[in-house]
Amino acid sequence: MKSVTEFKTIMTGNDAVAYGAKLARVKFISAYPITPQTTIVEKLASMIANDELDAKYVEVESEHSALAAVFASELTGVRSYTATSSHGLLYMHEMLHWVSGQRLPIVMSVVNRAIGPPWNIWADQSDTINQRDTGWMQVYSESNQEAMDTIIMGYKIAENSEVMLPLMSMEDAFILSHTSEPVTLRDQDLINDYLPDLDLKFRIDIGNPMGYGSYDTPDGTFMELKKDMVDSMNKAVRVIKDETEKFNQMFDTNYGGLVERYRMDDADYALIAMGTVASTARFVVDKLREKGLNIGLIRIRYFRPFPYDDILEDLKNIKAAGVIDRSVSFGYAGATYSEIVSALYGKINIPVSSFIVGIGGRDVRVEDIEKIADTVRNESSGVYWINVKKVI
Amino acid sequence: MPTSIPKEELMAPGHTACHGCGATLAMRYVLKAMGQKTVVSVPASCWAVIPGAMPFRTLDVPMVYTPFAATGASISGLREGLDIQGKTDYNVVGFAGDGGTADIGLQGLSGAMERGHNVFYIMYDNEGYMNTGVQRSGSTPYGARTTTTPVGKERDFKKENKKIVADMMIAQNVPYVATATIAYPEDLIRKIDHAKAVHGPKFIQILAPCPTGWYYPPEKTIEISRLAVQSRMFPLYEFIQGKFYLNKSFKPIDVSEYVKAQDRFKHLNDDEIDNLREYVNERWNQLLEWEKIYSEQKA
Repeated sequence: MKSVTEFKTIMTGNDAVAYGAKLARVKFISAYPITPQTTIVEKLASMIANDELDAKYVEVESEHSALAAVFASELTGVRSYTATSSHGLLYMHEMLHWVSGQRLPIVMSVVNRAIGPPWNIWADQSDTINQRDTGWMQVYSESNQEAMDTIIMGYKIAENSEVMLPLMSMEDAFILSHTSEPVTLRDQDLINDYLPDLDLKFRIDIGNPMGYGSYDTPDGTFMELKKDMVDSMNKAVRVIKDETEKFNQMFDTNYGGLVERYRMDDADYALIAMGTVASTARFVVDKLREKGLNIGLIRIRYFRPFPYDDILEDLKNIKAAGVIDRSVSFGYAGATYSEIVSALYGKINIPVSSFIVGIGGRDVRVEDIEKIADTVRNESSGVYWINVKKVI
Repeated sequence: MPTSIPKEELMAPGHTACHGCGATLAMRYVLKAMGQKTVVSVPASCWAVIPGAMPFRTLDVPMVYTPFAATGASISGLREGLDIQGKTDYNVVGFAGDGGTADIGLQGLSGAMERGHNVFYIMYDNEGYMNTGVQRSGSTPYGARTTTTPVGKERDFKKENKKIVADMMIAQNVPYVATATIAYPEDLIRKIDHAKAVHGPKFIQILAPCPTGWYYPPEKTIEISRLAVQSRMFPLYEFIQGKFYLNKSFKPIDVSEYVKAQDRFKHLNDDEIDNLREYVNERWNQLLEWEKIYSEQKA
């Protein structure tokens, strides 16, 4: 019988994900500091300096290089990790495709931050929503505990032979990254049981030399390889649900698979949110329930693969829904909104509104969500910017 | 002293390079010198195409393709990833063109060299963006016509001197820096042997003439690369842990002999060739000065 050494402590979201990487036994880390990600890589560097973590940390000269180095080390067969935010993530954009196209199950933390100009370091999910089509799975956490656990589950899911795609794990800037909360540090032995060592099938081997990423032609296998990425992303839906359930059982947690439902069983109206805004929305749901309004919340954890089937199931008896996005797709609406509307098309015909909130870290208050719920209850549909100042 | 060229062939016949390609010979000699326990990383470049479309390969070593700017970082990751697994006897070689080195990849190269990884960075220098069809690079010499420095009514040939990456690596105090060319394969192999003895970053810039982009007949590649050295357009030198050696053991020729052998310089008038001559002489004197300074420092 193994002795379980889980213990509860208080830490920031960034420290929590650093412990997540440590528990996942990453062997190689390369990163470039950017606010508000910086304290993750500082924490990891200090763990290595204090012999708490047996990993190599390479301090590179740019985010593009950080992901290129992680790409290369993972290709040698070593579990690798990096973290970034905002402009750093945009600078990695080319490498994001390279990692997923090479089918490397790398996990990366992203602290969601706005993109300039103007310069802005606060919470905003536009940076990762911009990376929607890079072939990475995307998870948005609501708490520091979830952010830590998601790194561990992330490697388990990414490294599944049915999946073999990279995963981005998100925290909202400052709201999670720099705010301390109670977090249970997982027992290393239990994590070792849950997450075995990386065993990469195609890796650098001089005994079996191969070309990694050779060029391909229109009549070669390029199109089939891209379709295979889509097929694997679809297969990931089941893997995510299974692995999350296993984790829930081992660690007595209660994470949803791709979505988390709150008071949805008898709901007439639904709010849909992602990241920390969901906490405020959950509070508002409770408040409105007390007033007799049958409203519930769907928190989207996985934006990729997108939970289309869950959404259809969840919204089939709903009168109207409101989608809250902390990002915007210029020329249309919130990105989650367009995903939801496309999931419903031809199947469920209800009014759905898009609510743009918290851009550039603008506060999202209880009364803002109440206003949103009010609009949803009136069964309107439209695109609404919440808490925007009148500019004279 | 003669140096033997290893018989082992790690490059198979059947590549897709142009006739007379200098870059193919550069790779062939580099791999002969490196041996089987070698991993090569190539960015976007002619060498991303030369091995052929998947599943074909022309190299008998693992070859990692990366985006244009990623050579320095990818060899850093390969080296450390292999070392973590105890595979310290693998040679990790970045093999990038001049565009991927002097221009878009310079930041990554500089970072990798500064961090001190035990890697080789080979720049095969064909003095232009040859894979996209002969555009100007920072490494293109003064006077050359390229498709982005065309000579039409405006005679818009390259007006700036060559950016010399090997010099920048010396300035950065990289433990081993050398220039070489395929016209002198024994010299090239010897330099890689020297580099192998150095634990840390190694940078070698190999002149790899390009008949397609330099506009000369493909059978002249070796001759042109020899003329580059003899005319002092491409001096051969070695910087080993603070000591500098300039190779002066060749028959000097006038720069016009080199220039006139290639149509990329065909448009140059006498004054413009004078400009090149002046530049070449100044640079030669500078290299002589370096030889003096670095040998004095270490004496």
